[in-house]
Amino acid sequence: MIFNPAIILEKLPEIGSGLFVTLILWVVGIAGGVAAGFLVATTRRFGGRVINIGLGALVEVLRGTPFLIQVFLLYYGGPFVGLMLDPIPCGLIALTVYAAAYYSEIFRAGYAAVPPGHVEAAECLGLSRWQAIRRIQVPEMALIVLPPAVNLAVILLKESAVLSIITVPELTATVSAIGSQQYAFLEAIFVLAVIYWAIVEATGRLGRLAENRLSRLRIANA
Amino acid sequence: MSLPAIAITKLVKRFGDSTVLQDIDLEIPEGKVSCLIGPSGSGKSTLLRCLAFLEESTSGMITINGEALGFFETPNGKRERLPDTQIRAVRAKTGMVFQQFNLWPHMTALGNVSEALKTVHKLPKRQAEERAMAQLRKVGLENRANHYPSQLSGGQQQRVAIARALALEPKIMLFDEPTSALDPELTGEVLNVMRDLAAEGMTMVVVTHEIGFAATVANQISFLDHGRLLFSGPPSEIFAKPRHPRLDQFLDTYLDRGASMLA
Repeated sequence: MIFNPAIILEKLPEIGSGLFVTLILWVVGIAGGVAAGFLVATTRRFGGRVINIGLGALVEVLRGTPFLIQVFLLYYGGPFVGLMLDPIPCGLIALTVYAAAYYSEIFRAGYAAVPPGHVEAAECLGLSRWQAIRRIQVPEMALIVLPPAVNLAVILLKESAVLSIITVPELTATVSAIGSQQYAFLEAIFVLAVIYWAIVEATGRLGRLAENRLSRLRIANA
Repeated sequence: MSLPAIAITKLVKRFGDSTVLQDIDLEIPEGKVSCLIGPSGSGKSTLLRCLAFLEESTSGMITINGEALGFFETPNGKRERLPDTQIRAVRAKTGMVFQQFNLWPHMTALGNVSEALKTVHKLPKRQAEERAMAQLRKVGLENRANHYPSQLSGGQQQRVAIARALALEPKIMLFDEPTSALDPELTGEVLNVMRDLAAEGMTMVVVTHEIGFAATVANQISFLDHGRLLFSGPPSEIFAKPRHPRLDQFLDTYLDRGASMLA
């Protein structure tokens, strides 16, 4: 038996389509997760005690259960409550909600890291709460939340492979199917590892670049 | 007799079980400098923060130029919170300067000073920056306009913070220990800016440990201890004997410290 990844790479167009689905799910999942996570963190901070505890409990459940279980519950459990979803929308929703839970915690830490005095100064000058968030708190927390946000993005890319189990035609599903057809399962897995790793590496570099850009301006001084 | 700039009546502030301010009555005349002195934990900063509405008092009333700040109390003791737009309008009469400067680190000096002119007063960028520049010139920092706070000394940062508050043209300036975070060599430049402001007739309330500044610049000195206002009067009275025994004790510690440094 010989190890020949070229067998897999012959199916380049199919790999491309799987990669495309993965990238779409990933990017949209991150965008949705960041937006919803920010909304959750902001609502928890300013919405009063009851809302804070309620949303906090939801976040804890989402962080405390495996992504695979959440996906199963949504895909197979959904129909019992009238929620019939195709694999791709189902995967996208699951990934976004999962991402939102974690991003909300990152933003919660970000809010906590901005010195309260900076917000009081804004308040004294007449900035509304929303103006203070937009002009003071978000820019100040940007540098602090960037590294964990990029880290989470990397984790989400790898978690998206779980969606192959509910037949989402993403990268893992596509390439492992090619592997089965060609009787080259190990090669398929190897190719998958290389592709995921390449994307993660590129993401990390992009993150560091953004960090440098930001920190050149903002030398933290509390 | 004109209306006092600030009138505080029977002000009480409690945090949970502890009473931080107890029945404070104080009038601050317009165009005068009023210093609040007292040991740590005496409530002087809390009182100033109540004037800035950063703390909400538990009972009692504050009026600024005759307008109630935050709460309105009827003579029979009922207390109502005023609508937000009203609170905002009254708060706009004061400018606040903090011990820790609280400049926004992601904006230049000019950005810090022009921010509220742009976002709150909706001035066009150019106009806001012109006005901000005029304020920076006033505190002697127009050549530092494009520096970020981290590139400025503590004294310069505090002067930017003063310019930032002045840019909105408040009637009253509130200073919360404005020189306590500065090393002694840098306090002078900040105190000079404050002296100039006083000379222009700005109404100022200053929480300070700078007894020398209080003695020479203030028109009124108020001494707080354990949340109570023990004494309030012109500097000539406060430094003349006999005084309140607790004030004597407080001022003596300053003299002791000075004397021990000379020895």
